[in-house]
Amino acid sequence: MADITVTQTVPSPAAPGPGWRSAARRRAGTPRGRGAPVRSRVRLLGSGGVLVVLVASALLVPWLAGLDDRAVDYAAVRRPPGPAHPFGTDEAGRDLLVRSLAGLRISLLVAAVCAVVSTVLGTVLGAVSGLAGGWTDRLLMRLVDAVNAVPHLLLGIVIVALYRGSVLAVIASIALTHWTSVARIVRGEVLSLRDRPFIDAAISGGAGRRRVLRRHLLPAVVPQAALCAVLILPHAVWHETALSFLGLGLPPHLASIGNILGDGRDAVLVGSWWIVALPSALLVAVALAVAGLGGSWRDRMVPRRRSELAL
Amino acid sequence: MRQMVARRLAFAVPVLVLVALAVFLLGAASPFDPIFQYYGVGIFTASAAEVARVRETLNLDAPVLVQFGQWLGGLATGDLGHSRSLRQPVVEVLVQRVPWSLLLAGTGLVLALVLALVLGVLTAWRQGGWLDRAVTATAHALEGLPSFVLALGAVAVLALGLGWLPAGGLTDAGAEPTFGQVARHLVLPVAVLGVSQAPWLVLHLRASLLSALAEDHVIGARARGLAEHVVVLRHALPTALLPLVNLLGARLPELVTGAVLVEVVFSWPGIASAVVSAGLDLDFPLLAAITLLTTAAVLLGALLADVAVLLLDPRVRADG
Repeated sequence: MADITVTQTVPSPAAPGPGWRSAARRRAGTPRGRGAPVRSRVRLLGSGGVLVVLVASALLVPWLAGLDDRAVDYAAVRRPPGPAHPFGTDEAGRDLLVRSLAGLRISLLVAAVCAVVSTVLGTVLGAVSGLAGGWTDRLLMRLVDAVNAVPHLLLGIVIVALYRGSVLAVIASIALTHWTSVARIVRGEVLSLRDRPFIDAAISGGAGRRRVLRRHLLPAVVPQAALCAVLILPHAVWHETALSFLGLGLPPHLASIGNILGDGRDAVLVGSWWIVALPSALLVAVALAVAGLGGSWRDRMVPRRRSELAL
Repeated sequence: MRQMVARRLAFAVPVLVLVALAVFLLGAASPFDPIFQYYGVGIFTASAAEVARVRETLNLDAPVLVQFGQWLGGLATGDLGHSRSLRQPVVEVLVQRVPWSLLLAGTGLVLALVLALVLGVLTAWRQGGWLDRAVTATAHALEGLPSFVLALGAVAVLALGLGWLPAGGLTDAGAEPTFGQVARHLVLPVAVLGVSQAPWLVLHLRASLLSALAEDHVIGARARGLAEHVVVLRHALPTALLPLVNLLGARLPELVTGAVLVEVVFSWPGIASAVVSAGLDLDFPLLAAITLLTTAAVLLGALLADVAVLLLDPRVRADG
């Protein structure tokens, strides 16, 4: 029934669903997504390129160019963006572009550690939960519900407040709140994998429970888990930025983007908008680039899923 | 359905106890001694006997489980202890601040919902049009933008640049909290909270409306020659709204997070900004109470969302 309208206008048997076209389009009879492949390619290359440039410049530029993000210049305090300082300077005359890149490096490093820790934690707990079933599964899933019920920033504030001033506390507070979604996804994946023939084959070949988990199930969930880790990254950056902005995050000598923004809060009130606007533009660029990459990844998965459905 | 509500409430109790216990254990493992926070600089001039007496009053030397037990007992009688940073009973802090937080979060949520409904329907209706592309791109950008940056931007432009609205606080300095005063000061925080919460809802409503538009009953409505707006608004939209109700319940923690940041930037006297000052001052009783309160609110919100879906959709069974 659903296919009728689609096959009327589009010769290829496109599946219904998100591919529905607006009435105006359908009347005009133009096939959907004429530029779609080009656009998705642009998105993939664009977001990949932006991410590579940002990460590379955050990691390499201060080191290669020998620029010091802590170089103070009281003759040039709160200069608006200009040729000498593309991002302007802050209230101590430090160059904001260099400072933002150094901050981005710290933010990204902390976020990467958080993403890896929470992905590993989530993968292990999710796999155990999916494989063990029964009470273990129920208890672990209730634990996931319980962690999700506490607003994550609030839990982060509690953890960080009680162990203030340590990078470890920030990492723990982010990792301990972000593993739940990974655990859910991995558990679902394990549940769907464990009835497949190759698992039965492994078991009939004499593999024990632990071997099945290590050699057959975990490698199969690695792609999903890796995608999770990538998607957690902007969340972790965001979380760290929020904590640092509130004055509860990284210690001041590790100037992450959040610390820069927290310092810039008062500067905005006297009209120095660039101290907040430009570093946060970097954050948005990172978030958009990662979201774009995740989106292309998912789009690539769709044809596979469609062919599976057709079979 | 009554069974489901009872089960969910029964599940909420262990979760709340677990959360409270976790907060207490974290507090006990903390390397900071609350006595320093309580005294501040005064610790250097206080006599040892006095410090010991305060330790006794604050009950700082009891084992953590004893403290936890006493705290639970106090909870049952409505005594949540004494906030050390604000120097008043925790219950009093909550009574003073919770209404303002509810006002901000409630109106912010309503604004986000209205934005999501209008923009979500328009973008799905004209998928691929200029409005759709503009809104989707803006929504993705806003998702990546921390809400406090949005708040600072709004303050810089609307309050300081144009001078249209006050930059923060509940009232003008020294003024009574009358309706007009509060309403004027509420506009900017609510706008920021609503706009920062809306993108996620817009994108989800758009996606679920797009898939609803491809469902059989909508195609049937089209085949019967119904007007376009009837098809979209009366046939597709109700189907698309159901998952949104569920998602709204799951989204409440994010609302709390957004409220924390917005309250801090706008110096809004709600509980969220109290959390931050409590965190900065290691005010443990207040932190524990607010964590527990928001967790309870989130659980209750999720339950309400599920009950709403149950009432709205006869296909959903309570025993799922």
